[in-house]
Amino acid sequence: MSAVSPSGSRLKPKHQRLVLVVLALVALIAAGLLAAYALRNQASYFYLPEQMRDDPPAIGQAVRLGGMVEDGSLRTLGDGVTIAFNVTGLDNSVVPVRFSGIVPDLFVEGSGVVAEGTLRADGTFVADNLLAKHDENYVPRELQEMTEHQAAEMAEETMVGIR
Amino acid sequence: MHGFANPKRFLSLATWLTPLLLVGGLLIAGGALAWGLLFVPPDRLMGETVRILFLHVPAAWLGMGGWTAIAISSLAFLVWRHPLAALAARAAAVPGAAFTAICLATGSIWGRPTWGTWWVWDGRLTSMLVLLFLFFAYIALAQAAEREGVSERIPAIFGLLGAVNIPIINRSVVWWNSLHQPPSLTMGKSAIDAAFLVPLLFAVLGFSLLFGGVVLARMRALLADRQAEARLRRKAMEAPAFGQVRGVS
Repeated sequence: MSAVSPSGSRLKPKHQRLVLVVLALVALIAAGLLAAYALRNQASYFYLPEQMRDDPPAIGQAVRLGGMVEDGSLRTLGDGVTIAFNVTGLDNSVVPVRFSGIVPDLFVEGSGVVAEGTLRADGTFVADNLLAKHDENYVPRELQEMTEHQAAEMAEETMVGIR
Repeated sequence: MHGFANPKRFLSLATWLTPLLLVGGLLIAGGALAWGLLFVPPDRLMGETVRILFLHVPAAWLGMGGWTAIAISSLAFLVWRHPLAALAARAAAVPGAAFTAICLATGSIWGRPTWGTWWVWDGRLTSMLVLLFLFFAYIALAQAAEREGVSERIPAIFGLLGAVNIPIINRSVVWWNSLHQPPSLTMGKSAIDAAFLVPLLFAVLGFSLLFGGVVLARMRALLADRQAEARLRRKAMEAPAFGQVRGVS
């Protein structure tokens, strides 16, 4: 690096450093983003129901399924400990799920869930573990008393991201 | 910016700004925490556990903000050779690491009742853990630069390199299916009800002021260390006999 620029046509050292650092930074960030983009399927924590329909995992392979618990689909089977429900995705794809065990507190119909388990040949997902997925909305209990119309209006205003 | 390159001018500003930020930050953060812990109504689904929001979110914000400060200071140091920039980056590392650790701990405690698990290896949680390790590595490198005479440019380059992780943390919940929920606060939109949002914003403001105060205080301490060392060295030069007996530690 030249400390003095004799002709004036060359960059000052300060600017040379700036250009070098900015170029390095741009290359670095681009590389990081490309790597992250390439990982976008592998790094996903779970399958959505539509992903499971279009590109199903191998039968018996341990995977995770995430989506919404369909309203009105949750029921307890005859043995009294196994529950069955449907998980819906962003379109109208549905995966039936079975689970025996204790569910987390936040596991309710109409809210998000991540099920760890395996897909069976008949298309049922058998879960060994359930995780409740909170959505991005934070609403005090008092607001539940609102009329349905008000609640819908509020939800409309506050919905971001999926759903 | 180079107006503050002179440590004397920086110190005269930092002398009154440091206590102002520390006291103001403590008052606002403490008030917001008390508000959030005692007076905010419980959440529709999560109930009382929603209160951890008021510590978790400011900690996450300052963990990422801490590294952003390191990256910007490192850029200023590498390009403009700004003498205080390396100091600022060093000063931001420890509080940044502390807030990242608080964010991970509170998130884990929150995850148990909410999700049903302490920890999962999803995109958001993993990238935040990587940030904590980056902080540890940066602190080790900066100490090596100070004590063992390694070039100060090495931690600065590492500070810039690690900045790649910040947009990854931010976007992790959007790019990948994740157990962590998508962002609640996006440009001009909030999915957080005002009853939670107002104390949350005060908590973020209060902890940010506190963070600024800690960084300034640490910068002053680092400067004082450096001056004391320079003075010792000068004394040793002036009185060789004294210098030889006491040594230059």
